[in-house]
Amino acid sequence: MSQLDIKDLHVSIGEKAIVKGLTLTVRSGEVHAIMGPNGTGKSTLAKAVAGHPSYTITSGDVLLDGRSILVMEPDERARAGLFLAFQYPSEIPGVSIANFLRAAVQARMGEGEELDAAAYYKRLYSKMDLLKMDRKFTSRAINDGFSGGEKKRCEILQMAMLEPKFALMDETDSGLDIDALRIVADGVNALRSTNLGVLMITHYQRLLGYIVPDHVHVMWDGRIVKSGDKSLALELEAKGYDWVKTELVPA
Amino acid sequence: MSVSASPSQPVSLLGGFTPELFAAHLAGVAHLPAWWLDRKRAAYERFASLPLPKRTDEAWRFATLTGLTLDGYVRPAAVPAGRLGHVPVGVAKSGRLVFANNRLVAREQVAAALAERGVVFGTIQEALRTHGDLVKAHLLAQPSPLGSEKFTALHTALLEDGAFIYVPRGVELPAPLAIYHYAQGAQSAVFPHTLVIAEEGSSATVVDCFRSADAQRHFACGQNDLHAGHGARLTYVAAQTWSRETLSFQFNSTIARRDAAVQSLNLHLGGRQSRHESHSQLQAPGAHTEMLGLTVAHGTQEFDQRTLQIHQAPNTSSNLLYKNALLDQSKTIFSGLIVVDPDAQKTDAYQGNRNLMLSDDAEANSLPGLEIQANDVRCTHGATSSRIDPEQEFYLRTRGIRQADADELLTFGFFEEVLSKLASEPLHDAFRDLIKAKFRAAPRPADHQH
Repeated sequence: MSQLDIKDLHVSIGEKAIVKGLTLTVRSGEVHAIMGPNGTGKSTLAKAVAGHPSYTITSGDVLLDGRSILVMEPDERARAGLFLAFQYPSEIPGVSIANFLRAAVQARMGEGEELDAAAYYKRLYSKMDLLKMDRKFTSRAINDGFSGGEKKRCEILQMAMLEPKFALMDETDSGLDIDALRIVADGVNALRSTNLGVLMITHYQRLLGYIVPDHVHVMWDGRIVKSGDKSLALELEAKGYDWVKTELVPA
Repeated sequence: MSVSASPSQPVSLLGGFTPELFAAHLAGVAHLPAWWLDRKRAAYERFASLPLPKRTDEAWRFATLTGLTLDGYVRPAAVPAGRLGHVPVGVAKSGRLVFANNRLVAREQVAAALAERGVVFGTIQEALRTHGDLVKAHLLAQPSPLGSEKFTALHTALLEDGAFIYVPRGVELPAPLAIYHYAQGAQSAVFPHTLVIAEEGSSATVVDCFRSADAQRHFACGQNDLHAGHGARLTYVAAQTWSRETLSFQFNSTIARRDAAVQSLNLHLGGRQSRHESHSQLQAPGAHTEMLGLTVAHGTQEFDQRTLQIHQAPNTSSNLLYKNALLDQSKTIFSGLIVVDPDAQKTDAYQGNRNLMLSDDAEANSLPGLEIQANDVRCTHGATSSRIDPEQEFYLRTRGIRQADADELLTFGFFEEVLSKLASEPLHDAFRDLIKAKFRAAPRPADHQH
């Protein structure tokens, strides 16, 4: 059982405060959704937790099983069990998915430990089958010339291979048609387990019809202004973000 | 102009390459036809009279001229058989020649079936006896227009032996021919040469490896002459891994005849200061050349690359892509020129130089150029210098990959555009391994891990 605690987190980009005191706890096995309009700090939250160098944490803390991760480099955070599924994954020409994932798996092994290539490819192919990905994918360069759906499936493939304790999923539904959305959602649902905690960031309720959350949080201007169960997402969908503005945000 | 200059000057012009050394060289060459002796003598005169490059020479712009001293180099002793720690490049091959200190020390002949079809894979010394006219017509027969006439003259004067490859009409070699040129011993001066004549409709792949057998200071002054006849397909790949104390010159001259396709890839890893000149002539319609370069510059290494693509006939195409990764205080120079002759209409030419700056203290210089005298052509060129993309680096690190490993992956990604143009998978892998070995041997950039 693991726990990710975000405690009164404040994040700035340059001089501008974006996240303004956000507190949230995610436990293994739980799926949390953070909903909110554009520009409210959702993606900033995800990137800051993952350790993006452009985001400054001005106060607060993020604890993984009671240990602060803020002193850790992004790759250390990843090896400690965090995973960020990007809204806009980087395109990296010339680096094949097979080599990239191999390096990521290798990075988690001890000094002098050798990767079992046969076992690695067996596992990789089984995850690709799950995500309905052609095996030729492994020789393609990371996200280079991928469609929106391919990019998101590639993110989920990485998550499946790296088996994080906590996944931050940033607008995983954006840019997906309904078929791609279903494949991605099936992939995430297949990974749902008592060992994985998920923090899903989304603008629309649509994704939550496919990946049903245990908890829903509404974010506004850098803070969580309301939390509830999955019915909150439906209420938000019905009433719109104006409701948040007029009813939930303290004047 | 007199060769024997005043006593205060000769060192700078000749260095160790004195008339006595030249005489000793001539005495040591087994077979020396009159025409070859005449050329060598004339070349030595030219070498001795030509000045060293000056600061005002456009062809040497940005180069560190103080590094070009010729002092102290010697004609090296023969390497006893079995004394060379030779490691093959790890690619299946049709044949192999190993030279050390300008002399053949080991060989693996081509299969009898190929020899029966007229394939010649031997030494220049042998070919002077058996294929004198071909050697005379093609060996060092082209001009040296890229600034190093003094050094190409020295190469002609002191060339002792090298590889001679003749692929007759219509013959396709099933696997690469591998040639190794070693330098061994302090101050050794070597003059590697590879001459390839690919006749009409033939196809061949040649792998040239330039290596030091020790970490000593060497002088390497090599050339390759590539001649691709009508419709021939020739691939030439070279891996330069001289010692880090070596001063290296490597000259290339390529002739592409009608519908010929020549691909060359030069990998530059070794040497203290290395100059590479590539001169490509597209002489008849349909000719195509692809010139690729990869450099990894560490420490205070300097790599100087000068290229010339000359389109002499209509409907010819050339494609040049040189990629350099620079670390530490290293320096690269790329100067390229595309020339299109007046009647070379429908020329399609590209020239690209991309530099990946892995250090703030490294210096990449780029001088692309076009000289177009025909009006219906497509010629483009571009030079860029960039750093590791921080978003790409962050992306890899969020997967748990350490910063140094992420940067290495991205650097290989940068090279892949060039390496992926090699049709041979084993060659691709062998070159990747060579680059990897250089990264492993060099101190890695600071890795901010706990």
